[in-house]
Amino acid sequence: MNTQLVNEISIFVLAIFLGFEVISKVPTILHTPLMSGSNAIHGVILVGAMVIMASASGPLELTLGFVAVVLATINMVGGYVVTDRMLEMFKSRNPKGPANRE
Amino acid sequence: MHLSSGFTLLYLLAAVLFIVGLHQLSSPKHARSGNLVAALGALIAVIATIVVLHHSVLNWVLMALAILIGIPVGAVAARAVKMTAMPQMVATFNGVGGGAAALVAIIEFLMVPKGSTASLLLSISVVFAVVIGAVSFSGSGVAFAKLQELMRGTPLTYPGQQPVNGAVAAAIVVMGVLIVVSGIGVIGLWLLLLLALVLGVAFVLPIGGADMPVVISMLNAFTGLAVAGDGFVLGLPILVVGGTLVGASGTFLTKMMSDNMGRSLGNLLFGAFGKVQVGTETAASGERSVRSGSADDIGTLLAYSQRVIIVPGYGLAVAQAQHAVRDLADALEKRGVSVDYAIHPVAGRMPGHMNVLLAEANIPYEQLKDMDEINDDFKSADVALVVGANDVVNPAARDSPGSPIFGMPILNADQAKNIIFMKRSMRPGFAGIDNELLYDPKTIMLFGDAKDSLTQLVAAVKAA
Repeated sequence: MNTQLVNEISIFVLAIFLGFEVISKVPTILHTPLMSGSNAIHGVILVGAMVIMASASGPLELTLGFVAVVLATINMVGGYVVTDRMLEMFKSRNPKGPANRE
Repeated sequence: MHLSSGFTLLYLLAAVLFIVGLHQLSSPKHARSGNLVAALGALIAVIATIVVLHHSVLNWVLMALAILIGIPVGAVAARAVKMTAMPQMVATFNGVGGGAAALVAIIEFLMVPKGSTASLLLSISVVFAVVIGAVSFSGSGVAFAKLQELMRGTPLTYPGQQPVNGAVAAAIVVMGVLIVVSGIGVIGLWLLLLLALVLGVAFVLPIGGADMPVVISMLNAFTGLAVAGDGFVLGLPILVVGGTLVGASGTFLTKMMSDNMGRSLGNLLFGAFGKVQVGTETAASGERSVRSGSADDIGTLLAYSQRVIIVPGYGLAVAQAQHAVRDLADALEKRGVSVDYAIHPVAGRMPGHMNVLLAEANIPYEQLKDMDEINDDFKSADVALVVGANDVVNPAARDSPGSPIFGMPILNADQAKNIIFMKRSMRPGFAGIDNELLYDPKTIMLFGDAKDSLTQLVAAVKAA
């Protein structure tokens, strides 16, 4: 096994434990935003889509790469925006929060 | 892919921001900033990628075009979607992410030079990413269709379903092994993709609409794992970290959500199998009578109550009646009636959905009571006013072991002295199950659009 693979496997295993530990005890009201926020985080697939599209040469590869970049961008941008919109609602609960929101 | 150490450190920074962001997302105080922190991490990762690639991109124009199409589509959809349609939106974003993850793996496989064979590691990661990504893509599509009510929300079952799904899964395993071991190449990969797409559909079809949020959460974890698989395919640690974080935390979240519904994940995912005939009791109850009342009568009943507990459900959100329900509560409180809202953990279409919707109408947070907090209070309540909710007050969940929702914790609305059901029709709830409580002698139905009915009730209370 080469060093890079060993490194990646180490990162993978550590990230599993991190993923379990980092979100212990989430209140029910945050389940939806948390799901949506982590959905946005896997939008990082955009990096992979860009890397693969960069080296794609044949028409099939290039077309598929184009679609992959579009889809990944939608996942990333839409994911963060929609999560922010959900969490914006929670802010208005503060006593001093804005009283009239359209 | 080999990166200089400067860029490796930038990706490390992005990964740290993902971790910090995810952590903050799980606490109410910091959730919003957590999302922004994670978004900053994504931005850094994308900019670093553009800089790394700037010498080697073969077709900059096309790539820029792809990104410039994706940004407005994602942003506009996320801005325009109604709060009630939020779950479908998340399912869609998750599905396209899964699709992208599958495509990335396919392209890498296509680019293996002719005559040479892919390394063992590459084939294994490609097979993994394609299968998981494609299941997430097509499964999210079905979840979207069920939530958007393009198809029926009830579990779709047919005899022999389980063996058929098992056969598809087995075919995927065989095909995956063939690709890895014998190098049957591209044709095999397309077949694998097709089988995985079929499995995603077949897997979600038998799951009821009310359980969709849990399914979306699980498919979200799937996409994360597919992205991590792509990280191995391309040798990009940032994908391994980002994807695995979501895969692990998403699995944990999925378990919390199914615990909330009082079900094991296995029961929720595979519970519909084997009991095709759920609808028999429903048919039998077609002839039974219910008691319905006028808005004036019910308004008087409410006005002379001491304690009213409002049980809001998805129907309230659909009718955009959150402001009307607040008007009614204000009118009652003016007469000295104490009003609380009982929020079931899965009220609406997703956990926490109802809290978001009611917060939009500026209903005081202190009046929103969790199920555990308020369930003992129904006994002493004069009226339980059920607005557009159904399954979350269905006593079958407590009393009839044969029911598909048996075991789900419910709000004890049936213990109140009077129950008022505001519904558009006698149609069963999202889970597609008849509700005994509708036929209870203590129950009065108020048919009609929730918003109109509530407005009439406000007038009736004021006049009483």
